[in-house]
This record gives sequence, C-alpha cells and structure tokens, in this order.
Amino acid sequence: MAQGIHVSMTINGDSVEYVCQPRETLLDVLRDRLGLTGAKEGCGTGDCGACSVTLDGRLVCSCLVLGAEAEGKSVTTVEGLSTNGTLHPLQQKFIEHAALQCGVCTPGFLVSAKALLDRNPDPSEVEIRYALAGNLCRCTGYDKIVRAVDAAAKELRRKA
Amino acid sequence: MQYAAPSTVKEAAGLLAKAKGSAFVLAGGTDLLVRLKSGLIEPDLVVDIKRIPSMQTITRAAGGFRIGAAVPCVALGENAALKKAWPGVVEAANLIGSDQVQGRCTIVGNLCNASPAADSVPAMVAAGAKAQVVGPKGRRTIPVEDVVVGPGKTSLKKGEVVEAITLGKPAPKTGDAYLRFIPRTEMDIAVVSAGVCLTLGPKGVVKKARVALGAVGPTVVVATEAADAIVGTKLDDAALAALAKACEAACKPIDDKRGTIEFRTEVAGVLARRAAKIAYERAGG
Amino acid sequence: MNHDQSFTNQEFKIVGTRPPRPDGVDKVTGRARYGADVSAPGQLVGLILRSPHAHAKIKKIDTSKAEKLPGVKAVITSADLPDLTKGDRSQLDILENCMARGRALYDGHAVAAVAAVDAETARKALKLIKVDYQVLPHVTDVDEAMKPGAPIVQPHVRTVGVNPAPTKASNVSQRTEFGHGDVEAGFKRADVIVERSYKTEQTHQGYIEPHACLASVGPDGQGELWVTTQGHFTFRNVCASLLGMDVAKLKVTSSEIGGGFGGKTHVWMEPVALALSRKANRPVKVVMTREEVFRATGPTCSTSIDVKIGATKDGRITAARAELRYQDGAFPSIWGMLGAMTSFACYDLENVKAIGYDVLVNRPKVAAYRAPSAPMAAFAVESTIDQVAVQIGMDPVDFRIKNAAKEGTRASYGPTYGPIGIGPTLLAAKNHPHMKAPLHKNQGRGMACGFWFNFGGQTCTDLNIGVDGTVSLTVGTVDVGGSRASLSLIAAEELGIPYEKVKCTVADTASLGHNDTTEGSRGTFSSGMATIYAARDAIRVLKERAAKQWEIDVADVTWRNGRAVALKAEHGNLSELTLEELAAASPRTGGPIAGHNEVVADGAGVSFATHICDVEVDPETGYTKVIRYTVIQDAGKAIHPDYVEGQFQGAAAQGIGWALNEEYVYGKDGRLQNPGFLDYRIPVCSDLPFIDTQILEIPNPGHPYGVRGVGETSIVPPLAAIANAVSNAAGVRLTHIPMSPPRILNAIKNGNGKSHAA
Repeated sequence: MAQGIHVSMTINGDSVEYVCQPRETLLDVLRDRLGLTGAKEGCGTGDCGACSVTLDGRLVCSCLVLGAEAEGKSVTTVEGLSTNGTLHPLQQKFIEHAALQCGVCTPGFLVSAKALLDRNPDPSEVEIRYALAGNLCRCTGYDKIVRAVDAAAKELRRKA
Repeated sequence: MQYAAPSTVKEAAGLLAKAKGSAFVLAGGTDLLVRLKSGLIEPDLVVDIKRIPSMQTITRAAGGFRIGAAVPCVALGENAALKKAWPGVVEAANLIGSDQVQGRCTIVGNLCNASPAADSVPAMVAAGAKAQVVGPKGRRTIPVEDVVVGPGKTSLKKGEVVEAITLGKPAPKTGDAYLRFIPRTEMDIAVVSAGVCLTLGPKGVVKKARVALGAVGPTVVVATEAADAIVGTKLDDAALAALAKACEAACKPIDDKRGTIEFRTEVAGVLARRAAKIAYERAGG
Repeated sequence: MNHDQSFTNQEFKIVGTRPPRPDGVDKVTGRARYGADVSAPGQLVGLILRSPHAHAKIKKIDTSKAEKLPGVKAVITSADLPDLTKGDRSQLDILENCMARGRALYDGHAVAAVAAVDAETARKALKLIKVDYQVLPHVTDVDEAMKPGAPIVQPHVRTVGVNPAPTKASNVSQRTEFGHGDVEAGFKRADVIVERSYKTEQTHQGYIEPHACLASVGPDGQGELWVTTQGHFTFRNVCASLLGMDVAKLKVTSSEIGGGFGGKTHVWMEPVALALSRKANRPVKVVMTREEVFRATGPTCSTSIDVKIGATKDGRITAARAELRYQDGAFPSIWGMLGAMTSFACYDLENVKAIGYDVLVNRPKVAAYRAPSAPMAAFAVESTIDQVAVQIGMDPVDFRIKNAAKEGTRASYGPTYGPIGIGPTLLAAKNHPHMKAPLHKNQGRGMACGFWFNFGGQTCTDLNIGVDGTVSLTVGTVDVGGSRASLSLIAAEELGIPYEKVKCTVADTASLGHNDTTEGSRGTFSSGMATIYAARDAIRVLKERAAKQWEIDVADVTWRNGRAVALKAEHGNLSELTLEELAAASPRTGGPIAGHNEVVADGAGVSFATHICDVEVDPETGYTKVIRYTVIQDAGKAIHPDYVEGQFQGAAAQGIGWALNEEYVYGKDGRLQNPGFLDYRIPVCSDLPFIDTQILEIPNPGHPYGVRGVGETSIVPPLAAIANAVSNAAGVRLTHIPMSPPRILNAIKNGNGKSHAA
C-alpha cells in the first residue's frame, strides 16, 4: 500500500490533521476519518451534490477532491453552518418550509444555498434554481427548497 | 498510486517524463477522479498542478489573454475583461457542470480530457485559441485543435503538459458565441454543440468566420464550408440556411445513449444558426 | 372494520396544522444517521463482484488467490448461502438474486463477495477472483422475450393463467385478466374508436442514498443489522430465513432512510453482508456505489401496451380494452397484473377488459416504484382517452367527467367504490386558475388522471406516557417522508395535549411487534390508525387511574382536552386531572401508563388525482420544458398539509422525469449503458417550475379520521399529462416514453408521432 499522506488543514474553523491514502477523496476523509458524516456520497462522480462542501470559499463536490489536495486549505461543511447551537436562517427556513422529506440531500443543499447567498444576497427564482442545479433531490420536486432559500435570503437581508 | 504536488512547471514536466507506469495530470479533478473511481484508469502517479504559480492566473499579454492551466472555470466568468473580449469562450467554459464543478474544472483539463463533447473546445477553436505546451524539450505553442487527436487521446508526448491557453486580442467588430444542446437545463454532457466566431467588415458584412462543432465526430469538427457559406453575407435567411446545411454535411456523429445520428446532425445546423446570430450581434451587426 | 363514523363532522384541533417535524434539526445539521453513517469497531469493508454478462452459465469461481491476500477476512459465493428455503420458490428467487447460483441472469448480478480490512484491499481482492463464464444468448426487450425462440430466462417457469396449462418453458410467467361486460359488443356500438400501442422504458426510483448496511453476526448465531430500508421487520424475516437464523435473534435497526419509493422494500445485498460477517466473525459494512444501485437493485418495468377505447359521439365510453406486457426482470412477479388492475380504474365502464402479462428478461429484478405499474398503464389509457376526446370534439376534462367512476361504480378490477375523489378532482381541475393561464407560442396544455389502491397491513404501536406527562410514541413504520410529524399530531390530537409533548420514534425489531413495510402509501394510514387506537387504549388506562384517585366509578370519567373529567353533578367538586398529574401519580396508582395496539389496518381508501401541465416545445430541437404544473389529489384527510403537499410535488417531479428523460439504455450486448446520474437524467432544480398543489378531502370511511394514503398516486398522471401537453404544443402524439428530444424531434419531422425507438 502507498505511503500515507499527512495533511494539515482547517475544517469549520478548527485546525485538523489527518493521514490519508493518495486515492482517498476529501469526502472519504470527512466521513471515515474525521467523523463528519453530514456530507453524503450519493454518486461519487460529482453528479448529485450531496457531498458539497466549500474549499477556500469555493463550492465543490468533496467526492471530486482528493484528501491530499486539502493541504493548507480551509473547508466548511454542513456541521459548521450553525453557531453555538443557533441554527443558520437557511437551516431554520428549511424546517419551517418543509423543504426536506428524507433529508439526505439537505446538507448538500444547505452548503450550496449558503454559497449562493454569500455571493448573491438577492437571487431571483431562476438564479436560485440554476445555482442549485448541482444538487439533486428526489423527494421534494425542489418547490419547497426554492421557497425556503428565498425566505432565508429575505431574512438575511433583513438582519444585515 | 502516488500523489505529487510540484511548485514549478519544470518540476511537473520532469515528474511526468520520469514516471514509470501511467502518470496523469491533476487540475480540477472533475474528469480524472471520475475515471479513477470507475476503474477505467489505474494511475501510478498523479501530478497536481494547482500549486504552480505560473498556472494559477489569468494575465493580459499583448491585448490578449493567457489563462493558466490551473484556473478554475468559474474564475473565467469573474474576469470582466475576458468576458467582454471573448464571451463565447467564457460562456462555454461556464457551462461545464454544476456550480460545484465550476469551482474546480479547468478549460485545459476539459481540452486534454479529449472528450468529443467537451464544452470549451468548439468555442476555443472558433476563437483561434492556442495551447502553450511545456516538456523536456522546452516550450511550444500549437492551435488548440491540434491538441486532441481522438476520443481520450492527445498529441502530447510523455513529459509534456499544457501550461496555459492563450487567446489573442479580438479584432475590431469580432463576436463569438457557443451553444450546446442538452435534454435538461443543466448537468448534461453536450449532445451536440456549436462555437461560432465572426469578424465583420463594413456595413455589417461578415469578413471572417470560424465554425466549430462539438459531439458530432471523434474530435471537434472545424466546419470550413459552413464558415465560407456566411462570409460575405449579412446573415440573411439564405445564408443561415446554407450555414445549417453545410454544418449537417460536416457532421460525422454516432448513435449513443445521448443522441442519434439524425438528431445530432439536424440540431448541429440549428445551433450553428443560432450561435451565428448571437455572435453577429456581439460583433456589432 | 367499522369505525366511528362521526369523523365526517369532526373538528380537529391539531391534526391539519403545520408544526415543525421532530427530526428536522438533526437533518439540517448533519446529525441524522443514514445507512452509511454508522461504523463499528473492527468493521470490515464488504464489496461485491458482479457479472458483466447479461446471461451466462457460471462454470467455476476460483476465490483462492483472493482469500490469500493479506487483509482479506472472508470471501463468499453461493456456496456460503445454502438453500434453506424448503422448496419455497419465491424465497429461493430472493436468495438467488442476492447471489448467483450457477448462472448470471443480468448485467450486475452478484456472483461473489469479499470482506477486507479496507476498501483498497477489498478492491484488489475482487480483482483476484476468477470467474469462468459461459456466455449465453440474452433477451432484454419485453416483446422480444415473448416471441417463440427467445432465450429462456427461467427454465422452470410455465405460464400461469392460460388454459390448457402449458408444458413448455416460457418467459411469460403469468397472464391475468380483469374486467366485466362484453367489450366486443361495446365496440360495435361506438361511433369513435381509437386503438394505439405504447412503449415505456425502464426507470429507477433514483433515491439519492445508495443502499448501505452494517451487519454483525456472532458465533452464537445472534446478529444485528443497521440498514437503510423501508421495512426493517420484513428485512429481518427475510434475512433470518435465508441465513437460517431465529427471527428474534436478529435485531434489525432502521437508519434514517435517504429515499426509497419502493426500491428499499426488498433485500439486495443485506443477506450477503450478514453472510460475510458470519464467515469473518467481524462486523461488515457494505455500501453500494451508484453504479451498483442502477445495475443491481430493483428498477421498475419497461412495458409494451395496446389500448383500444370506443365511445359514442356524445361522449360516453362504450368499451375499453388493454393488453399490457410488463417485464419483471429475471424473476417472476406481479407487475403486469397490477398494471392490468389499475388501467381503467378511473372510469365507470360497462364493458372493460384488461389483460396483463408478466414477462421475464435478462434485467435486474423489478421492484415497486411508487404506485408500481400504474404510471405506464395510465400513460397508455390517458393518452388514448385524450385522442378519443379530440375525435369526438369534446373537451378532455368534460369527457373524463362524463365517464368518471363514482361511489357505487363497479371498478374495472373488481370491487365497488365507496366515496371517491376522481369526480371532485376533475371538477377542481376544470375550475382551477391554471386552466385560464395564457399559453404562448410553442406552448400546450395537457391533463390526465391517476389512481392508486393504497394498502393497510400489519401494524404495531406503543404509546408510553413518561412520568412528566410527555409521551413516547413508538412505531414500526419507517419514516420516509415526515410521518413522525403526522403521527405525533395524531397522538396529540387523541390525547388532547400539545404536539410538542409527543416524541415519535421508529423502533428496532427487538422493541416492537411486526410491522409491514412502509409501502403502498401505508405509513401514516396504518401507523396513524394504530396510534389512534393505542392512544385510546392509553386514555382508557388514564381514566381508570383518575377513577382510582377519585375513588369513583370509571364509567363516570371522561377524557377531554388532555384531562380526566368527572361527569355527573355529584362529582362536581372533583377538579380535573391533567395528563401530567396522572403521570406523576402513576407510580402509586398502578405503574407506568401505556397504550398498545396491533392491527391489520384494512379499509385503506383508494386515492385519485388529476394533473394539469403546460409545456413549451422547441420545434427545431424537440427540447421540452415544463412551465406550469398543478396537482389536485384527494387525501381523505391531510394530517400535516405541508407533507401531503410534499408527496404531491415529489411524485409529480418523478413522473415528469420519467415522462421526459429517464430511461435505462441497454446495448446489444445486454449491458446497462447509463448506470449513473450523468446519463440517467432525473430532473434538476432548474428543470422544474413551482408545482402548485390542491388537497381535496373526501374522507375515507375506512379510517377514523378519513385518511387516505397520499404518497403514490401523483406519480401516475404525469406521463400522460405531459404527452397530452406535448401533443397540444407541437401537434405530435408521442407513444414512447420517455419523450426525449430525439423522439420528439423525430415525430415533428416525420409527422404525427410515428416515432420509433431512439
């Protein structure tokens, strides 16, 4: 077996170190080595977005990033969305608007939606839909998800 | 599998040249990791080029642009000058995959992965883009359409890596556009696509034209007769019809899980017409 | 079962409101644990080797090199899964589907498995297993499989339902027939007859969470299984039976489930995981890849259907006939029969006949997919209904209203309907603002109806009252879409306490009696019914405790608004006792207070829906976009309207994907070409508009609150609604699902929907 690669990086603001195999993805590392099972493997090929995280502020599929590539980088996951037990408005609105049924795609959607609102605080319905096109949901038909993101955007603008 | 992240192009080329067994360049990873997981490839070495400064930036050169091989596609859309000069190339690059993929994928990776359906390629070819190749024997610059020789195959020799794509300064009254057909609104590989670049002369007459079709042959189809059909015209209906017909004739598509020969041929013409009209408008026609 | 009929005027206090669901915070924070989210110390990674051939004899499997690889702890084949089924063919079919027995029946069929210390070693071990195949001719198309001379998939199968009983092997496992009257006479009386053939391609439920489980079997034959499933009790029974374990000694815990839609009602690799664990004597985690999910779980059928409908020129259907050919994959099942049953269920017909064929092909074993078999039949029937309406010159909604089934109608599949919602949904559609929305160039509107039976089934529920008066509601139906919220609402309603005081948990198999799988839209219906009875059982105990505390006759105690109230003037001085007070006193009054219920929840009410859909078709490319969509469905009684709407919208979205883009693409070599989300195209967020919903409530007399199952019906109308809309937008009649752009463009270019397979 190949030599393990030692990586130092930051997750949700915390310094983290791990050793991983060259073939391991960042998703494998998050789930199997760091116990952060919020990101899910829905497809392993970047087609479903259930593994979405941000890497140095950019939205990515963690199944398409090697664990080794995260050296020195900053990653945020769904586990970093709430602060000190207070839910982020996106999380709050998802519950209020019943924007989840089985919930397995929800972490990915929350990370993607946050990435959208961080760069565009007042997105139109079309902008929301296209920004979230990389996240598949099979349960909801996306209707309540789009409404929840819109409601969260309004809430964040109100608070700003 | 070994993983290396060199910090210079020379180092990267050296690693690739010396590699025993199979070696692959890792830029965005959005194609490479998929092939890795499917078992299609079993790399002995993966060379990550994202830590090489000369590959990380978009720079201006003689009024044109140099796009480093490690620049993610999303950054192309964020570059106002590039978007203004070459909107067709930028829109093609920004069509690849989801927002998640856009944060990682690169046009060089898209090119070198050598899929017949690559989105960035017809637009780059139409725009006359060039690839800067670095290898053990030094640097060379080749037209983008000479990089890909077949599905999954490039003309790069062992130890060579594309360092950047260059786009010239667009001539006055030049416009480019890229359109692709996919069955959904996002997330699909192009079933057929068209990149058109036009330069207009006086009175809005097309002076120069380049038409490149994607996913209708083993490599990009440079439809020279189609381009000729609109040179000297103002893109009236007859010219557009001739353009479409010539595109249909230039196609060599296959039947596969994404489309039929009939469909690709027909829609290639439709997209070329529509892209030509957009390019014409962008050129000031 | 007769229920208290007073629901018809029942005013609900809490049922029908929209409180937050109890599992919401866990799911938005990433804390909720799904099938692959749990690990055990010492666990091994399990991987499965799968046949690359559609049909092959397995001459030899050499696992010796794999077994010797350092880090490999167990390698299994069918030799490690002996046949304990005692001649039960359907159980043997399940066993054989989990692990091939001497023959591979489809591309992806499991032939061997390994458990190793990590994924890398397991991968290497799979490569070291040498399988000696003798490739056989295969068949993957349903009509081809029925032709004489087609390769036979299951040599022991003789067609059931034909007379005289055949002696030769066939790919047709059964023929069924439903209907009444005389269709030939009916057609003779018709002024207009439309006869058409239709095809639908195979689709998959497409749940985002792949199958995953963590299996642990000890040397004493006891075991545990953590698994994503729609029915952990069923999984327990099946796995115990196949592995020769005692049911009570296999504890199955259902994880949160990341979508099922019928695809997680069967075992696929769970018996294999248990067998690996048993052999390795360590926990084994098996997580399917997306490719495995497509190749080797249970998609729905591909079909070939002929429909003939005749009507008088004033709009009355005189006869309706359908022949439906459904492929069940490599193992016999009932999907063709269900298709025949549902075909004409929406209509009041004097003469009707539906013949169903269940056909075997070299494809994976078909499983239920949300109202299984109904969408394809409805596509064929509702498309034909529209064509008849056009030929008569009658509005398609009015034509359906004129022929709609109603209370007292003898359904085409046999029973007589009670009060049903098809008429009301049609009327609501006719009057819906959607019908007045303006249509622009290249846009068209279509509508269609759908039906689903819904099911009841075995249910067991516990309701335990904590010492502080909060309530633990323990159910055995897996929560696929938010049912814990609805069940909490029901418990709160019955007990008269706030919703927030109820905590609903899905128990493991050791903690509760058997519960049937969450399928057939039965989760809220059945567990809801059992919750009502369990709550009433608890109320009986609460009244007894109050009577004891007050030292009065229990007959003088009633339960009202969460309190025990002493009736009769002579007890006027007794102040009411709250649930909290009774609970606090319970240690002294007789111990823990609980209610319990086991029931076979029959009385499930059928559910109807009418959908309206607007599409825009690009005539130069065949590209089709849904621009407006409305779902009108009868829910009987909507316990939690948000989640009822969610079921309507989700089902419609699946139907839209099915109608436009989703299909299994098989090559001539019988291999599946698109086992991934890139080329198996489910709708993405930007593909869909907001999906408007209207919940109708025509109470089901078979349920105390009038509840009907809601989860399935709305996947039934979209295929035809969209086909009808495309017909109106582009002037072509598509008869092949999915109506992908190449098929639509082909129809436009070649005129009038003579589209052939792309």
